[in-house]
Amino acid sequence: MSAHFLGLLGDWMPQLLVAAGQTLKMAALAYALGAMLGFVIALGELFGGRWIFWLCRVYVEFIRATPTLTQLFLIYFGLPAIGVVLPGFWAAVIALGAHYAAYMAEVYRSGISAVDRGQHEAAQAIGMTRAQTMLHIILPQAVRVILPPMTNFGISLLKDTSVASLIAAPELMMRANDLTSEYYMPMQLYLVTGVMYFVMSYPLSTGMRYLERRAGRSRPVLLEPI
Amino acid sequence: MRIEGLHKRYGPLHVLKGIDLDVTAGEKVSIIGPSGSGKTTLLRCVNYIERPTEGHIYVNGHLVGQKQGDRGFADIDGGALARQRAEIGMVFQRFNLFPHLTVSQNVEIGPVKVLKISRAEARDRSRELLNKVGLASKRDAYPEMLSGGQQQRVAIARALAMEPKLMLFDEATSALDPELVGEVLNVMAQLAADGMTMIIVTHEMQFAEDVSDRVIFMDQGQVVEQGPPSHVFHTPHHARTQAFLSAVLRKRQPR
Amino acid sequence: MTDWARTWHLLPYFLSVLWSGTIMTVIVTVGGFVASILLGVLFAALRTGSSRLLNALAHAYVEIFRAVPVLTQLFIIYFGLGAIGIRLSPIPAAVIGFGLNGGAYLTEVFRAGIDAVNKGQTEAALSIGMTKLMALGYIVLPQAIRIVLPSIANFAIGLLKDTSLASAVAAPELSFNAHMLVDETFLSTQIYLLVAGFYLAMSLPLSAVVRMLERRARRSQRA
Repeated sequence: MSAHFLGLLGDWMPQLLVAAGQTLKMAALAYALGAMLGFVIALGELFGGRWIFWLCRVYVEFIRATPTLTQLFLIYFGLPAIGVVLPGFWAAVIALGAHYAAYMAEVYRSGISAVDRGQHEAAQAIGMTRAQTMLHIILPQAVRVILPPMTNFGISLLKDTSVASLIAAPELMMRANDLTSEYYMPMQLYLVTGVMYFVMSYPLSTGMRYLERRAGRSRPVLLEPI
Repeated sequence: MRIEGLHKRYGPLHVLKGIDLDVTAGEKVSIIGPSGSGKTTLLRCVNYIERPTEGHIYVNGHLVGQKQGDRGFADIDGGALARQRAEIGMVFQRFNLFPHLTVSQNVEIGPVKVLKISRAEARDRSRELLNKVGLASKRDAYPEMLSGGQQQRVAIARALAMEPKLMLFDEATSALDPELVGEVLNVMAQLAADGMTMIIVTHEMQFAEDVSDRVIFMDQGQVVEQGPPSHVFHTPHHARTQAFLSAVLRKRQPR
Repeated sequence: MTDWARTWHLLPYFLSVLWSGTIMTVIVTVGGFVASILLGVLFAALRTGSSRLLNALAHAYVEIFRAVPVLTQLFIIYFGLGAIGIRLSPIPAAVIGFGLNGGAYLTEVFRAGIDAVNKGQTEAALSIGMTKLMALGYIVLPQAIRIVLPSIANFAIGLLKDTSLASAVAAPELSFNAHMLVDETFLSTQIYLLVAGFYLAMSLPLSAVVRMLERRARRSQRA
């Protein structure tokens, strides 16, 4: 690498690192939102009445059938029409959270139904209420099934924050775009950006695979929201 | 076939502890012994599905899986090994028929893709062989529609389609329901009568006695005793052989 | 005129623009899908093969292309290569980008499928004199693909949605045309809802196919 390039890197890195921090913040907030909203949706599908069930199902099917980009644009450009104006960062957090909530809800549901029927019956037989059964018996076992997809979602979400650059929200790709228009070196800049994403997500996926092996579940993890 | 000084280790586990064996053309050799004795591993070394840790195997005078260079022995490449394997037929305990192919396709795929003979010729061959094993009517069926005994007979036809010089049988009837064992043993007996060189790992003692020229008793990775069936089954010398046979005979049903 | 009335008025125009965008979306999806399958099979074969070097290379490919966002990959191929003299037009760039990215994903899918095929199948194939490559191609892969068919179909749906990102490199597909219309008319909510409708119309039938494939897979597992 030439000294010139190293000098440029020195100019870029502080800004890119700050932007990477914003990416991580966006991803973390969206993940938290998704996890909570997803839980609500799963509960609605499992325990809600007919209307709630169908509302949740329509929501989930809509999210799963349309691109994240379109959802983001609907929230960012559409909400102002009903008077809600959000800055890019928060629109992205909400859109991404709402997106992943749908997938997480499905994962919660399948995790819970993956727990053997007999467990419910055994819990009932010793006199537990439905709530106690859920809390002490079902959910702890469901967690083992749910964990691998949930960690996969985290990695995907991190990558999906890049979509927010298209509404000029402050994150890594956005900063890379800005720097490209300033320095006009897209190859170098986007490669450096790629490396930064790699540095952020590869440890996460390796750690996840390690945990999975420790937990004894080495099923190939093919549940990714796309 | 000749085996010299065969050893097989899986890490610390010493499965084959120095096997020497000679099989002449047209000879039928049965290998019996308790599970864990290494008889299946021995068989799988003959066609190099398992790679020996030490020792050499010769089929028809040719070294299997290795070549002898100036600096000793080296593994041969995949293509050459495949060609050697084409001359040795193997029948597996779990049949291993190709589920996405019909019965006739299972038999024909070897000759067509490996021996490169024409489809027409392969079809004639498969017709003849399936006839021989009594499954001509099932040509177009898929393996899942056949019983275990039928599948194993197809597997034998598939191996025979390659016109091997030597047939290896790895507990060919052990995974079959008892009433289906007979049909497979009959095919094997017919093959023996036709003069095929066969090495048979089996638990079917009566069959081994009827069909074999020689019986080998293995235990804990070694050949303990070998000889003609009358000798091994009725007047065994070694205590371990006697112990094994009496344990087996106790479990055998009265004839 | 209210926004909705305006939308209604301009609907034929919107629909025709979005329809030509849809055609492009399908083209990019199909192109990317084919490329992904080819790369996926190739690298899965390398990953399950005996060459340690090729295995490591394939592993690196998979890890790198799965750790970086598709958008970044598209930008590197379209803007990055463009700046060093390799000018690709948006559609080919998108197909290459989605192909490389999808190939990394499918490599793992195919690998799981190959591993799921009984080891005895390979042994039987080897025993009748097939080389490892022949065993893979004639015996293992056909069975592996059957096993992972639902996953591949799911991937196709995901790819369809991901092509929306090609709009960022000016590929004239559905999302790009939608942006154009929004720039023209400022009817963002209405137009993006229409776009969502188009994507729904494409992916719901595909999801039905996936569900049918999954049912078939579950049935054959039980058999």
